Amino acid sequence: MEILSQIASELQRGADDEVRTLTKSALEQSLEAGVILEEGLLAGMQVVGERFRAHEVFLPEVLLAARAMHAGVEILEPHLGKTDAHSRGKVVIGTVQGDLHDIGKNLVGIMLSGAGFEVIDLGKDVSPEQFVETARDSGADVIGMSALLTTTMPGMKKVIALLKERGLDSSVRTVVGGAPVTEKYAREIGADSYGFDAARAVECVKELVG
Amino acid sequence: MFEIPAAEISPSEKAVLRAMGVPSDRGPGPGVERLLEEALEEFRAKAEPRGIVADVDAREFAEIYEGAGGNEPSSPLLTIFPRADRLMLFAVTVGAGLSDRIAALFDAGRPALGAALDAAASEGTELTGVRLDRIVLEEALSQNVADAAAPDIRVLRYSPGYCGWNITGQRALFDTLRPGEIGIRLTESCLMEPLKSISGVMVTGPAAIHEFADDYPFCSDCTTKSCKTRTRSTR
Repeated sequence: MEILSQIASELQRGADDEVRTLTKSALEQSLEAGVILEEGLLAGMQVVGERFRAHEVFLPEVLLAARAMHAGVEILEPHLGKTDAHSRGKVVIGTVQGDLHDIGKNLVGIMLSGAGFEVIDLGKDVSPEQFVETARDSGADVIGMSALLTTTMPGMKKVIALLKERGLDSSVRTVVGGAPVTEKYAREIGADSYGFDAARAVECVKELVG
Repeated sequence: MFEIPAAEISPSEKAVLRAMGVPSDRGPGPGVERLLEEALEEFRAKAEPRGIVADVDAREFAEIYEGAGGNEPSSPLLTIFPRADRLMLFAVTVGAGLSDRIAALFDAGRPALGAALDAAASEGTELTGVRLDRIVLEEALSQNVADAAAPDIRVLRYSPGYCGWNITGQRALFDTLRPGEIGIRLTESCLMEPLKSISGVMVTGPAAIHEFADDYPFCSDCTTKSCKTRTRSTR
């Protein structure tokens, strides 16, 4: 469909007004909301994600594309039935207890949404109990944790320990990241994966969810 | 207390792009250019740059540095500070308004502007620190502090959480400096609020005292290597 390609193309340019208009037009042409989402918006975001990983575009372009995606989704939302939202998986994200830095975590959330995952963002200063209980109650596949301080990094270990204690470690996988976090540290605390940046974190989640 | 006009510490578009991970040889496209303009306009409207300093002697600083005792056994600062002409504790911030605005932008589904403003705020905080360096150097010159007129004198900043100085050192630093006066508070995990703040010690002395090999055990885990750019900086 020509209009779906146009939506994907305008989304890649970060043109939110155009994406909004085209999404409305696609609905008026009686295209199903789920199809517009999958073959227009998500298809466009996928290209942006691939170009980001290939260092052809950078964070500002990715975020402008995310804004355009948001504009399109807002139009589609009232028309999306439960079966239309083809979530690739559910991810609980947050900045660990004691840490108030959330930009990196926000970027991961935006990129995960753009890649078709359902994201439950618990915000910052999140306790181990909040992470684990939310993952359990929502049936999440993955918990993504961020820390920007060496003093708050141990919060990640506590979450992983609590998952084990509650017998959830085989159903809920973990990804950790943040400036002071290293692959070595991720291994030491028993995290399932380590996302050194937002793009890699999304790849980690894809690999874990399968 | 120092209050600095926001326009004086407004970062360049290039610096904001760099802080967002864009390579320096890549120029912004039209959409990104508009984004940067908007972010810098917001920055200038909301930034409230302030700083505070306090002189300490080497003995006092040694106690502050020791803090709760969590430092690495050896660190650059341990060899640098005893040779300094002047030591000043410092804290700078660009204020809480920017952090609130950044959070509001993300909440409102405007992550591009939120992230650009966040990058501008980080750069602006560093530029506030640089501005404070100059103020301190000029003051040192006017007060004839040691060899401040010597051409190779540098004022460089070192902060808890970096280069072997444990972040819990913030507590002792805050007890002496009391940056609450400029609106900065310390959380239980030694984070500063507003987040866009920097604290530490300003070391005035000949360039040679600031030079060190980056082969300390903790250097291998360091991702920024900012010591290299800092020690290359000129007065």
